[in-house]
Amino acid sequence: MKRVLLIIAVIALYALHQDYWFWRTAHPLVFGFVPIGLFYQACFSVAASLLMWALVKYAWPVHLEEEIEHRKSEEDATH
Amino acid sequence: MIPAIFVFLYLAAVLYIGVFAFRKARGRKEAEDYFLASRSLGPFVFLFSLFGTNMTAFAILGSSGHAFSNGIVTFGLMASSSGLVIPLTIFFIGTRVWALGKKHGFMTPVQMFRDRWECSHIGTVIFVVQAVLLVPYIIIGIMGGGTTLNVISGGFVPYWFGGAIVALVVMGYVFFGGMRGTAWVNTFQTILFLLFGAIAIVVIGAGMGGFKSAANAMLSSPALAPLLTRERISPYYFFSYTFIPLSAIAFPHILIFCLTAEKMKHFKKTVIFYPLCILAIWLPCVFLGVMANRVTDIPEIRAKQEARRVLATQGKSMTPEARDELREESSGDEVIMLLLQHYAPLWLAGLLGAGIMAAVMASDSQILALSTMFTEDVFAFYGHKERFGESVQVHTGRLFIVLITIVAYVVALRAPETIFELAIQYAFSGFAALSPLLIGAIFWKGSTKWGALASTLWVATSVVAVAVFQQVVAAPAPGPPVVIWSLNGAEILSRTPGGTAVLGFMPVVPMVIVSVLLMLIVSLVTSKPRPQTIAKYF
Repeated sequence: MKRVLLIIAVIALYALHQDYWFWRTAHPLVFGFVPIGLFYQACFSVAASLLMWALVKYAWPVHLEEEIEHRKSEEDATH
Repeated sequence: MIPAIFVFLYLAAVLYIGVFAFRKARGRKEAEDYFLASRSLGPFVFLFSLFGTNMTAFAILGSSGHAFSNGIVTFGLMASSSGLVIPLTIFFIGTRVWALGKKHGFMTPVQMFRDRWECSHIGTVIFVVQAVLLVPYIIIGIMGGGTTLNVISGGFVPYWFGGAIVALVVMGYVFFGGMRGTAWVNTFQTILFLLFGAIAIVVIGAGMGGFKSAANAMLSSPALAPLLTRERISPYYFFSYTFIPLSAIAFPHILIFCLTAEKMKHFKKTVIFYPLCILAIWLPCVFLGVMANRVTDIPEIRAKQEARRVLATQGKSMTPEARDELREESSGDEVIMLLLQHYAPLWLAGLLGAGIMAAVMASDSQILALSTMFTEDVFAFYGHKERFGESVQVHTGRLFIVLITIVAYVVALRAPETIFELAIQYAFSGFAALSPLLIGAIFWKGSTKWGALASTLWVATSVVAVAVFQQVVAAPAPGPPVVIWSLNGAEILSRTPGGTAVLGFMPVVPMVIVSVLLMLIVSLVTSKPRPQTIAKYF
């Protein structure tokens, strides 16, 4: 279930990159000078970082890490 | 001249870092230490060096220049899409390649392909295509160095001398420090990049009298208001750009960097912070590039705006050569340097100039990657390592670094910069279309060497075809594209002012899709590697 939710989150964020709703307008100017389209894409970058945190937390390929660690300890034992 | 002194001090610092790294390297296994820093980079250096490796001159100079001409769309096109796609590829592909490298001792992507698909000469074909696509970066880095030193010193340092200094410094620390030197220099450079954006926006914002009035003035100007929206950019074009960051993980220097981490957990910080690092560098540069359009007291920027206006109003009646000349004049690559020279105090302009220099000098990793590929994929693969030993292999790698830098410098002196800028444009698409090779090798048991060969040949052919097409059909004036081939009202192939469109998309989209299809179809009908080979990977 966790995996399905993460896949949906990745696809959703990719789709949200195409923000057609702010295509033709600069308003509102956030902080009085940042066009909304630019502000949205900056927030998108923060959201991407949060998604990466979720992937690292819930979908980290632990098996690869363990396999290498196991191999290393075996090698150390033989030496 | 004061800013140039800061830049020279910076160059001395990076050279010192490289030589220092060389001293640290003594007493370890030679080839792996020189080319991969003994696979021992810690989390901090790994994050900053991997990020710095991927940030070229374009991150600061090109992004602000593109934003100056095209507006806020630059950030969505190139930064936020990369902030999603690149860490995803590092998460899914980079970690797996790291694990395979640790298990099987790979030092280059081609070594992995050769082993995974039981092939030899097909690996050599992939090496050649990767190397040819990588060389323009090294040349453009030297050109950028020459131009930047020339501008920062107010013309005191000639282009040829500036290029020579940059080439010597980069060659010096890559030669002595290998991967460890390159990684440390990249870490130092990335910290400079990150400081650059924040300081530049404060200093230039204050100099311009605040951004609020500038933004409102732009909104009230019919010519400038569209730069604060994306109305001049097609949604197809915007969507196409999300394919370009696939190139990052397929670049040999990035993939080789993935092999340098000491532990897999070091990828965690890189994956999480990558989008934020991109945000910290690109947002100020893009914003300043857009705001430069409101600057009225810098004659060079006014001249660029005038060239843009003439191109838009009279471009259709001009010859292609005259249009190209005006495009060059209106190009905004140096707007950020002009803003700094005008609004920052001299000492600060010098420090920020060093930050720009750091971005320009990102060709170090490409030089080292080419050297690693040559010594591992050609020198060692064809038996010379066994014959002459590992020391000779490292010496050969160092000799290769000297030769490639000299060749790149000579070419940089003689050839026009625009040719290599174009080549880099094609190279991004080319590497993006090579990414199915990695995905096939790591995630699909059914992939074969023939599928990989078909994809690689398709990439080479399509890159050449797009280059030839854009040389033969001149770029039209700003406005609607010139349709070259249409079918039942559908615009199949068009020449746009900025490049080529296939069914409205950038060429990278069909290039990647066809590459995937070729990998799939050809692999399905050809014989697989032996089960014991496949078992090593799955």
